Amino acid sequence: MHKFLIRSFVSSLVLLFSLTVAAVAKDVKAAFVYIGPTGDHGWTYQHDVGRKAVEAAGFKTTYVEGVPESADAERVLRQLANSGHDVIFTTSFGYMNPTNKVAKEFPNVKFEHATGYKREHPNVSTYAARFYEGRTILGTIAGTMTKSNVIGYVASFPIPEVIRGINSFTLAAQKVNPNIKTKIVWAFTWYDPGKEAEAAKALIDQGADVIAQHTDSTAIVQMAEKAGVYAFGQASNMDKFAPKAVLTSVENNWGPYYVDRVKAVANGTWSQKDTWHGIGDGMVVISDLDSQMPADLRSKVKKLQADLASGKVHSFTGPIYDQKGNLMVAEGKTADDGMLAGMMTYVKGVEGDIPK
Amino acid sequence: MIKIVKRDQPSRAIFFFTPVLAIFLTLVAGGLIFFILGFKPFEALKFFFIVPIADKYGFSELLLKATPLCLIAIGLSFCFKSNNWNIGAEGQLTFGAIVSGGVALLFYEQEGFYILPIVILAGAIGGMLYASIPAILKTYFNTNEILVSLMLVYVSKLILDYLVVGPWSNPEGFNFPETRQFSDSAKLPLLFEGLRIHAGIFLALAAVVISWFVFYKTYLGFQMKVSGFSLKTARYAGYKGKKMIILVFLISGACAGLAGVGEITGPIGQLHREISPDYGFTAIIVAFLGRLHPVGIIFASLVVAITYLGAETAQIFMQIPKYTGQVFQGMILFFLLASDYLLFFKIKFIGSKK
Repeated sequence: MHKFLIRSFVSSLVLLFSLTVAAVAKDVKAAFVYIGPTGDHGWTYQHDVGRKAVEAAGFKTTYVEGVPESADAERVLRQLANSGHDVIFTTSFGYMNPTNKVAKEFPNVKFEHATGYKREHPNVSTYAARFYEGRTILGTIAGTMTKSNVIGYVASFPIPEVIRGINSFTLAAQKVNPNIKTKIVWAFTWYDPGKEAEAAKALIDQGADVIAQHTDSTAIVQMAEKAGVYAFGQASNMDKFAPKAVLTSVENNWGPYYVDRVKAVANGTWSQKDTWHGIGDGMVVISDLDSQMPADLRSKVKKLQADLASGKVHSFTGPIYDQKGNLMVAEGKTADDGMLAGMMTYVKGVEGDIPK
Repeated sequence: MIKIVKRDQPSRAIFFFTPVLAIFLTLVAGGLIFFILGFKPFEALKFFFIVPIADKYGFSELLLKATPLCLIAIGLSFCFKSNNWNIGAEGQLTFGAIVSGGVALLFYEQEGFYILPIVILAGAIGGMLYASIPAILKTYFNTNEILVSLMLVYVSKLILDYLVVGPWSNPEGFNFPETRQFSDSAKLPLLFEGLRIHAGIFLALAAVVISWFVFYKTYLGFQMKVSGFSLKTARYAGYKGKKMIILVFLISGACAGLAGVGEITGPIGQLHREISPDYGFTAIIVAFLGRLHPVGIIFASLVVAITYLGAETAQIFMQIPKYTGQVFQGMILFFLLASDYLLFFKIKFIGSKK
């Protein structure tokens, strides 16, 4: 009798405990801070797609769009932390210092900062995607499809993320076509349809017949469509904006990561991490390949995609030379993450200088 | 029957009444927009205008937000009162921030009581230098100051971009576009523990007092007023127009530069690409809503500041798109300009008793 009582008492305790855990789990609320409007069809749009995946997984979410990286970011973060959100995703580099500052004040709230490097407190994680892997695919396609051997590239800001993309793209294009040149126009913006279209036009006027971009709007693919040249979608599948021009897109797929992290908060298993996922983990997704591409190119790209995912192929495999001909990565070696994170030199074959 | 009659003289009572009317009409129209979008209008307005400042922290954020707006608007009122259309305060803010940020970086990891005054002064000088460009071009080459000052805004942002990406970027910052953090001696002291409101608010209040004194108690203020009413009269009276034009631009630039200093040595603590959410442009609305009167500008800066905070709160709690904040700012200006009609015309209700 005694034992039975104890046993039932213990089991009811366990039941009660698991019920509370379940109740807590359901109540986890996630917040997202966006730099642009959710309708940009680029960077912010894809983060919002990720947020919707979190909603679909049964969690409540809140978002604030168009939060400038000025003094305002800190207030928005504090307000979100103060209003019952358990995990806050800050989706632009410029939120790095405010994120760490507010994280210090709210040790019980988890913070996830995209594309930054500062994790000053145990409740701050960082995450980013290996977009350069996607650019290896784009470079392969561009190098094959170009007839003028001039490839245009609209870049945003001269930071390692963008330089890395240009290099990865150029290396892949050179591999299939040693004669190509990559011409860069710096738009000095992440999102400005007018400027981006102008940059694309300038490149087309210089003879580029394939345009790649590291800015977020659909203006470039639309300009390419008008001019009758090829282009690639950025961040989201931009095929519907320029069906003839867009050969494929590199999609940012944040959903799985977001669901994973919010679930970890719910289960109490969240811990600080620095995540840098690529094609293999599904954070970088290649959209459907356009039927204008020859069948053998399409199968080559499919294979490359699988090899990048498995790690058999690395985007930065030596020998790699810089513009002056100095060896950057020796034959048979691959660039390590430290080198990739601070990459500020062009590889051979890129035209022009990095703006200083 | 309603009849519209031209007034013999602009009504002074209406002059101070129309801003209030404009705010009221904005609230009504805003409520209507919320209703059409499918939100409960009163609840939305509550989250927009009351919830954000309902506690001590919220109120301190309001003051923090209003400080640069008030400071810039005071400076602009010197220009606008005297018929000088400086709309490049955003550029003067940016350039002031660049100069003061550069000085703050020179004192990296150094401490000393003398650093902050130098940093502040550098910001004011930077703003003045930048404002002197449209002023000099206007006085000596007859260029249009609206165009020049506006275009210089974009130039200043490109200079800032160049500096934070290149020579001034943080050597330990993986080439990201930002400078190092300023040392504590180069930062404005906080007024209360745990709140972001900083000593910059005293700069704004000082500007209010000084501008009131200049406008209403000095010969310069009188000259500005006359030039504002009629440039020809001013010339006829023998005022030295060129000197005055340059002076009001310098004052305006200094104020905008100080607003930039307040941002970077206050809540931001470093230079990066985005130091101001277009305070320099929003301050134009503030200046007009405040009727170019120092006290009016204080109230106007608080009203406009709350549209920023309210937009965030409304999105967090009611999922109202944050960009409605800008819609509100636009509506305030629109209704203000529209109701200025009442300054010059009056509406007469004529009874149909016969």
